[in-house]
Order: sequence, then C-alpha cells, then structure tokens
Amino acid sequence: MKHNRNLVLAHLWLAFAVFAIAAVFGVWLMWVRSPLHAPYENPQNYFRSVTLHGVSMAYVLTTFFAMGFGYFVAETALGRDIPGIRWAWAAFVAGAIGAVMAALTVLAGDASVLYTFYPPLTASPLFYIGLVLVVGGSWVWCTIMIVAMTQWKRANPGLAVPLAMFATVANAIMWLWTTVGVAAELLFQVIPAALGWTDTVDVGMSRTLFSWTLHAIVYFWLLPAYIAFYTMAPEAAGGRLYSDTMGRLTFVLFLLYSLPVGLHHLFMDPEHSTGFKFVQTALTALVTVPTLLTVFTITASFEVAGRLNGGTGLFGWLRALPWRQPMVLATGLAFFMLWFGGGGGLINMSYGMNAMIHNTSWVTAHFHLIFGGTVVIMYFAIAYQIWPQLTGRVADADDLAQQRWQLWLWAVGMMVMTLPWHWLGLEGQWRRVAHFDYDDPLIAWWASWVDLSLLGGVILLISASLFIVNLARLHARQPAGRAGPQPLRYAVPLHPITRLPAALNGFALWNVLVLVLMAAAYGWPVGQFIAQPSPAAIVHHVDRPS
Amino acid sequence: MAATEHEVVRSELRWAAAVSVFVVIIFGLTLFAALALHRNPPSNLERIDPKTLHLTGEFTEPNLGTRVEQNGQVTTRIVATQFAFIPPCVVVPADREVTLRLASPDMIHGILVSGTNVNTMVVPGYVSQVHTVFRTTGNLLMPCHEFCGLGHSQMLARVHVVPAQDFRPDAEGRVSCEAQ
Repeated sequence: MKHNRNLVLAHLWLAFAVFAIAAVFGVWLMWVRSPLHAPYENPQNYFRSVTLHGVSMAYVLTTFFAMGFGYFVAETALGRDIPGIRWAWAAFVAGAIGAVMAALTVLAGDASVLYTFYPPLTASPLFYIGLVLVVGGSWVWCTIMIVAMTQWKRANPGLAVPLAMFATVANAIMWLWTTVGVAAELLFQVIPAALGWTDTVDVGMSRTLFSWTLHAIVYFWLLPAYIAFYTMAPEAAGGRLYSDTMGRLTFVLFLLYSLPVGLHHLFMDPEHSTGFKFVQTALTALVTVPTLLTVFTITASFEVAGRLNGGTGLFGWLRALPWRQPMVLATGLAFFMLWFGGGGGLINMSYGMNAMIHNTSWVTAHFHLIFGGTVVIMYFAIAYQIWPQLTGRVADADDLAQQRWQLWLWAVGMMVMTLPWHWLGLEGQWRRVAHFDYDDPLIAWWASWVDLSLLGGVILLISASLFIVNLARLHARQPAGRAGPQPLRYAVPLHPITRLPAALNGFALWNVLVLVLMAAAYGWPVGQFIAQPSPAAIVHHVDRPS
Repeated sequence: MAATEHEVVRSELRWAAAVSVFVVIIFGLTLFAALALHRNPPSNLERIDPKTLHLTGEFTEPNLGTRVEQNGQVTTRIVATQFAFIPPCVVVPADREVTLRLASPDMIHGILVSGTNVNTMVVPGYVSQVHTVFRTTGNLLMPCHEFCGLGHSQMLARVHVVPAQDFRPDAEGRVSCEAQ
C-alpha cells in the first residue's frame, strides 16, 4: 500500500468511530428494556437511539468499511493505482456529509422511523437525503472497483483476476443490484411523501421494494468477511487456500442467490401470495450453499496449514494452528458463531416455521450474532491485519495480546447477549418496544434472562472500546524503521490456477442470470402493485406536530 | 498433506453433493409441512381501504370482537391503530377453529399471541387473516410487534382463551371480555 493510505484510513476511521458511538447507544437500549432503571429513559429517546444504532451499524459502519477495504484490495491485489482517485475522495466527502446529516436529524428527534423506515411513517426529508448521499457515494465506489478490474484485465490478458479483487467486484456488482429496491422506494415513494408532494403511499409496494434490498444488503456487509476468510486467513495460518476456483464459485453464488430471496422477510405479510413466498423460500435455501462451501474450503485450508505446522491425526492439526495470530483466532471465532447464527437463520427462512419467531427477539438475536458476531469480528481482524500497511507501524507481542483479548471479549459478549435473546424470542418476546411490564406474571420470568443479555452487551462495549484503543495506540506509535512493515501477502492457492473458464473471471454471464432470477422472483410481486395499487395509506410525518 | 489437484476437486465435489442433499431435505420438509400439514404463512391478499374502514363495512366498531357466525365459525375482528387494539381484549374458545381478522387504518402494525404460533403483520390496505386453534386456556398477551410510532410499546391487547363450556355467545353471536 503506497499511494492511497489516507483514503483507506479516512473510510475506516469514520466507520469505526461511528461503530463505537453506536455501541454505546446499543447498550443503553438494552438497559432501558431490562428491569433495571436506565437514565434518560423515555420513548422519544428510545426510538431515536434505536434509529441511530441501526443506521450507524447497518449503513454507515458497513458501507464505509466495505469501501475502504475495497480500495485497499484494489491497490494491493492488483498492484496498481486506483483509477478515479478524485472521484473516490468526492464520494467519501459526500457520504460523510450524508451520514452526519442523517445523524443530526435523528438526534433532533425528526427521524424516529428506525433504519427500516416503515412508511406511511415519514421522517424529515434531510434524513433520507443524507442516506441517499451515503448510497450515492457507494455507487461511485462500485464504479471504481469495476473500472479497476476491467483496466487490469486489459493490461493482463488471459490472466486470472486475483481472488480478493474478483470477490470485491462481485460485492460491488451485487450492491448495485441490491440498492435498486431501496432507491426506488426512497426516490419514488418516501422522499416525495417526506417533502409533502404526496399525501398517501402504497404500503404494499414500499414493503416489497424494501424487501428487494433487505436481504442482499446483509451479504454486502458479509462479503468483506468472506474475502478475509479466503484471501487472508489461510496465509495468516501459514497454509494455502485449498481451492481458488471454489472461492470464485462461492462469490458468484452469493451474487446470484442473495438477491431473489428478500420476500422471506415478508412471510407474515398479507400482500403477497403463498406461491411467491414459497418460490423465495426455495431460493433462500440455496443461499446456504455458498456458506457451506466456504466452511469446507476454509476448514480444509486450515487443515493444510495445521499439517504444514506439524499437526497430525484427525484433529491434531487444529492445535498446531497459530491461534496467536488475530486473523486466525478471529476466523475460528467467526465460524463458531456462524454455526449458531446460520442454524437460527434456517428457521427464519422456513416458510412454515417463520411464524414462531417473526418479529421476536429471536430475529434480533440472529442478525446480531451473524452480522455483529461473525462479520464484525472479521472487520476487526481485517483492520488489525492491514493497519501496519496503512500506518507504517508494526504490531509487537503486546499489541497482538491485546488484540486477542479484544476478539475473545467480542465473541463471548456476543454469545452471552444473543443466546438469551434467542430463547426469549422463542418464548414470544416481541421486538422494538421500549419497555416490558415485568410485573405481569406471564413474563416476569423473562427478567433474569434480560439482565444476562445486558451483561453480554456490557462485555461487547468493553470490547468495542478496546478495539478503538488498539487501533489508536498502534497508529500513534513511532513509525517502524525505513524497512517498514512486511508487505501484505494474499493467500496462495494449493494448486496455482492453470485454466480458468472465462465465466469465473468476469461477471457478464452472471449479471444476465441475476436479471432472469430477479424477473422471476420479483416481477409479479412488484408488478402486481403497478397493475393494481394497494389502497393508499395516509402519510404520517413524525417530524411535524400532529 | 499433499493433496493433488484432482483430489482437491473430488473432495470439493463430494462436499457439494452433501450440501445439495442437505438443501433438498430442507426444501422437502418445507414442502411436506406446507402441503400435508397446512403450515402456510398468512396470505389472503384481501384489500381494504384504510381511510374508510372505520366508517363502513366489516371493521366498523359494532362488528369488532369475537362473534359466532351463522355457520358456527368463530371470527374475531380487531382493528390495530396507533396505539391500541380495538377491542383491547377478546375472548376465544379453546380447541375450536378461530379465524382472526385484522386491519389497520393508519400505520403498519403486527401481532403475535404469546405461547402460540399466531403471528401476522397488519399492513394498511390489507386484511390480515390467521386461522388457528388455541389449545390451552388462560390469559394470553397480544402485543403489537412492529414499530408504529412513539407509542408502540404501550400497544398491547389480551386474548382470553376459555373452555368450550364457558364460551357463551349472546343472541347476536357475540362474546366480549366485559360479558365474561
């Protein structure tokens, strides 16, 4: 990393600063819901904070992390300058302004609509315009990623695009497809309503458009973690990537199957037929495929590493792995959480079983475990891995020990927080409320479980703080000597690529397939509201006194 | 571990086959539950104008609550509105099929009934309908589970499940919490 350190650092520091603030709000939210008395407790503050926590974690942390990491990969994996660097800075500034605009609107109490919006509730237009700026900035990033790969391919005809970059571009293309739904909802429905140009909204349409985005967005958050699994973890473990081709196939499958599945968020909705719900259940089942392929390939890569380190026997290689490396430790912890989070997800996506847990704490538990757990712990590991390249400072043994502490605290905190939530969700604890009446004999027994989950939240906050301290400490240190840190090496496949089908070195074919799948899965679910709009609901402005 | 390229491909393919079997099993179980056990999500695609539902038709105030229809079918009609359910308490019989019908004149709401698998969104513009049989008697909670505004947390109703012998409709077929 030579030329654009500051661009990457700006993105990552913004992402992590927002993450740290949102973590404080997260713990406060749990405190309010618990039987303990929290300061500043009232519904206004509660829903402001839920909105701020959701928007910060789901939109700002993720988007800026994916962008910053993408720029890093484009320069280091391709070994050339990022094209359109001025555009990249402009996108960063626009996104940062948008994020601040949205945050201030939320803090002012003019946008308590949560990060999933819920029209006919409408916030101040500044909130949505802020978010559109963030998304618009990310579209610039997508374009730069695609151009970078195209230029590299032109300069290196016949060569395989490095896996890290191939995967980054898969994510960029997926994100362009993903944002179509929410962009249509905001531009055609919500923002005109927020500005007062329209008085009513078609809620069937708005929910369907949002569902288009709602699942694939999760994979946009997830893919940076998967990029680290494939291209950083095997190298950190001292091994080889078991199969480069399987990695490419995995990212292609994510591009295909993360999109036509959003209707599984609307299983309990009255505006869609069981037929389309069933079709998207079937497609959702296929999303398990790339995840399970990854579990196999990365476990096999680790086995290669363990055996190279002298591990023997059926499981002896596990002990021979260098768990002292934060990247290796984080991958292990991420996989551990993935089994729980993924298992719970199978219930969410089941057309019949969804009724047991829809809009209960089970769902909150699921996405905190799989996103906050599996994905964010890999964001930490990636930051630790690339920080020396970005800052020119080298981590010593003390730094590494503190990084491991931070990762362990995160994983433990996440399990302590989300296991009680899963259980309470199964027992019917509903979502998105500021308080429960623990004097009600039906739910009095929930109290101690809620207290336990709050303890998990406190552990997470300690870990989040330690993460910021770890990064800042390293950044503030004297730069390493003239030699500087070792350049980052991406994992080498066990067998170098000799032949690669063109389909696994580009995305033209896959874009056509996405189009076909989306037309089949969403053509009628969206088209039905064009053919016959839902009876219109009256817009309700949360930012205006009623 | 010196796996040849051929061995790598073979092992990946074997795993992919195992994953495919897994996916087919999940899919098969879902299909079986849907077709044989009738475990389907609530999807009745019935439209209603949220602006007028309280003025005319099925969801006007006198029609709300539980009622035994002419054909013996038990139907409970509820309006979900910022920030209450109307009526805030309903009575249903145990061990008998009950149809819940809900509609919203304003925001998106949603309900679950504690201790059961009753769950549906209530979306303005549509009638939500759930068929169920309550197996245990008692006083259950029916909270709003979807964010609908700052008063969302106080939006909570009660479902009284009573044994068949205590379920006594009046002359018009109605049963209400007050009459119990």
